[in-house]
Amino acid sequence: MNDQPKPILEMLGITKRFPGVLANDHVDLELYPGEVLALLGENGAGKSTLMNILVGLYRPDEGEIRMRGQRVEIHSPRDAAALGIGMVHQNFMLVKTMTVAENIILGLSDLPFVPDLREVSRRIRELSQRYRLQVDPDAYIWQLSVGEQQRVEILKLVYRGAEVLILDEPTAVLTPQEAQELQGVLRIMTAEGKSAIFITHKMEEVMTFSDWVRVLQQGRLTAVRKTGETSPQELARLMVGREVLFRLDRKDCVLGEKVLELHSVSALDDRGLPALREVAFDIHGGEILGIAGVAGNGQSQLAEVVTGLRRTAQGRILIRGKDLTHASPLELIRAGVSHIPADRIGMGAVGNMAVADNLAMKGYRGSPLSERGVLRPRNILEFAKRMIEAFRISTPTPNTRIKFLSGGNIQKAILAREIDACDGLMVAVYPARGLDVGATEAVRKMLLSQREQGLAVLLISEDLEELLTIADRITVLFAGQIMGIVPSAETTVEMLGLMMAGVPLADLPALGTHDPTPGSSPA
Amino acid sequence: MRIVFEKRQSISRQALILVPVISFLVSLLLGAILLLISGANPLTTYAAMARGTFGSVYSLSETLVKAIPLMLTGLGVSIAFRMQFWNIGAEGQLVLGGVAAAWAALFLNGVIPDALLLPVAILVGMLAGAFWAGVPAGLKAYLGVDETLTSLMLNYVAILLASHLYYGPWRDPQGYGFPGTAQFPAAAWLPRLWGRAHWGLIFAVIAAALLWFILNRTRWGFELKIIGENKTAAHYLGINIARNVLLALLLSGALSGLAGACEVTGISRRLQQGLSIGYGYTAIIVAWMAQLNSFAVLFVAVLMGALLVGGDQVQMMMRLPASMGLVLQGMILFPMLAGSLFTEYRLRLIRREPATETPPATPVPGAEVQS
Repeated sequence: MNDQPKPILEMLGITKRFPGVLANDHVDLELYPGEVLALLGENGAGKSTLMNILVGLYRPDEGEIRMRGQRVEIHSPRDAAALGIGMVHQNFMLVKTMTVAENIILGLSDLPFVPDLREVSRRIRELSQRYRLQVDPDAYIWQLSVGEQQRVEILKLVYRGAEVLILDEPTAVLTPQEAQELQGVLRIMTAEGKSAIFITHKMEEVMTFSDWVRVLQQGRLTAVRKTGETSPQELARLMVGREVLFRLDRKDCVLGEKVLELHSVSALDDRGLPALREVAFDIHGGEILGIAGVAGNGQSQLAEVVTGLRRTAQGRILIRGKDLTHASPLELIRAGVSHIPADRIGMGAVGNMAVADNLAMKGYRGSPLSERGVLRPRNILEFAKRMIEAFRISTPTPNTRIKFLSGGNIQKAILAREIDACDGLMVAVYPARGLDVGATEAVRKMLLSQREQGLAVLLISEDLEELLTIADRITVLFAGQIMGIVPSAETTVEMLGLMMAGVPLADLPALGTHDPTPGSSPA
Repeated sequence: MRIVFEKRQSISRQALILVPVISFLVSLLLGAILLLISGANPLTTYAAMARGTFGSVYSLSETLVKAIPLMLTGLGVSIAFRMQFWNIGAEGQLVLGGVAAAWAALFLNGVIPDALLLPVAILVGMLAGAFWAGVPAGLKAYLGVDETLTSLMLNYVAILLASHLYYGPWRDPQGYGFPGTAQFPAAAWLPRLWGRAHWGLIFAVIAAALLWFILNRTRWGFELKIIGENKTAAHYLGINIARNVLLALLLSGALSGLAGACEVTGISRRLQQGLSIGYGYTAIIVAWMAQLNSFAVLFVAVLMGALLVGGDQVQMMMRLPASMGLVLQGMILFPMLAGSLFTEYRLRLIRREPATETPPATPVPGAEVQS
């Protein structure tokens, strides 16, 4: 759209090697003022490496960076900031016990010994008005929602005069409505001549947010497209290197017996505050129940309560009719509950142990992996080889420490172990988070096949498309409460979005009609 | 050209052997400089140390006398450390093991058959050590009390209890006021192999093999490994962390207790002053230097035993001040500890010009394979 002759930023022939991996292989990048560039690629394609080079966290082995036509050396994030480059990382870099204003000036090099916080607040208000980044400069970070925290991160960059903003998968933590607001913010900024680079692996976002898109595949730049002249299908093919099925084959399933029942379950979070309030639902065999919600609304606590990792404060949990409310994790494992945790490296796997050992971590308790308390290394290896093949886990050997595998392959190993051990209920928390198209497809297929085998699946996800494609029913959690349970065939992203923002199903406009008066329909 | 310090993807066997050897040579070099400064001939000093530690069957036995308690306590400490349980109470567990073994040797004599006296004394010693480790372990596992302080403070309790006993109620009436109990009956003497080297060596080797088997071949060991590596994962996998840590610590304490029992029945043959000379603390260094590997503990313990004996040699034969022996011990330890870094990391020289194509070597983090 913006064919000004001078690019603000150029990266030429950037190459970066890590032991055993070529993370970036002569990658070129051009960014013009007023432009949003999407950087699209699978996990491990080299998007984050490239951006980390741009903000000075890594040094390139080869290649050069030019800012406004001048060759520059970026040794640290401070150098990058001085050049007007700033990045909003996936995990926010904010100090929770400090205010917004304090966070924004934190780390500024030209700060007076005693900063004039009132002046800082005034400037923040001014900037937040100009860019519609609504946030109270005097609020503490811990008081803010995730979406607001992201606004603070963006304000931080703008305050420092950033001309090039890098956003690393910014919509992962947002409701659809918040994502739309973010789009508006970017539009104002680009209208002023600022530019943005947007890391993502979601095609829809590329289409809505960007002007240009650059596709990376295995460290190499494989395509440059004008967004208006491409399609999600083409992008998916460019990214994966083959056609991707977007429609998964979801067979009709006969509902089995009730596997999981929650009777007004309440639980506290780590700080002792209510995290779940009287949550009630049940899941039958052959059914996937999806849980939607913005992160931090009780989803992780729900998974922990069901798997025995968190105490139930009130209510009852039944599995196949048996009361297992205060059961230990082991009792629940024995009752056939499997769990794909949100935190793969921290909880789901033991990084320093071999892939084979990690695969055996559920089955080691009995034959054939162990006999009378003694492990059978040969059987463990045999089992591991079978799992590695069946789930197409890419690992040099079964004895490689699992931390050397990519995120997608670690996730596949966890899935393999949990699916093999599952005998009733599968609790899957963000199972496809951060995975690329190929791995996501594999994970979803596995969950669907679990369902076809008559197992019950509790799927917690932040990806509404995913829930709509594979779940049978969807329920939305907001502030630890259930906003409603709807069959996925009868719901839309908009409806879910409203419920995620705290509007109970009962208060939504009637299904199918566009009646704007709330509270008129008994859902 | 640049020098890059990067983490090894897998620890090479070569490095595992080469690194300690080279570190040891560096240590000798550093020690030599120090000896030259203080006017001693490094070669003759080292020769004296070597002769005094490995030079004869007798000197080797003296080295082993020091090494055996280090092996047993080192093994005990390494199990605890694997659980990330900072047991610094091996000294107290050793002393209490010695006290309990002495009690059995002195007071069960004639009560139980002679043939059972030694086995019972050793068993009682192990139980006492286990109990002494079980106290901080139980407090930690069920009440969350920090183990570092409790295990450390229990050392003083055990040491003072022992000295109360040999100065007070258990003192040998015919001992001319010497602080110590009467000599144990011969039935409670731990047999010696040669010199003063005793059966404790056999116990230590068996213990190392047993530990290796437990950790690598049993279900329990598998759970212990998981707990040691990642407690969150262990909890998620349904492993009872509190009970397992407690059991591991009982085993840890039992080994230190065994060390104490062997000391009193094999060396002094009475409970007397000098039982607590810091083996339990040195064991912490032994365990770390051996990187918690049970067989490596045996070798490191021999090295440390040699350093202790060699330090005495420097003092006696070379007429250097006693502190020189200690300084040399430290000099030798530092490069060894620093060197262990190179088993995990390596230095790589990178030449700028020819774009050295890194072969996509086997483990490729980040390169996703589609399914």
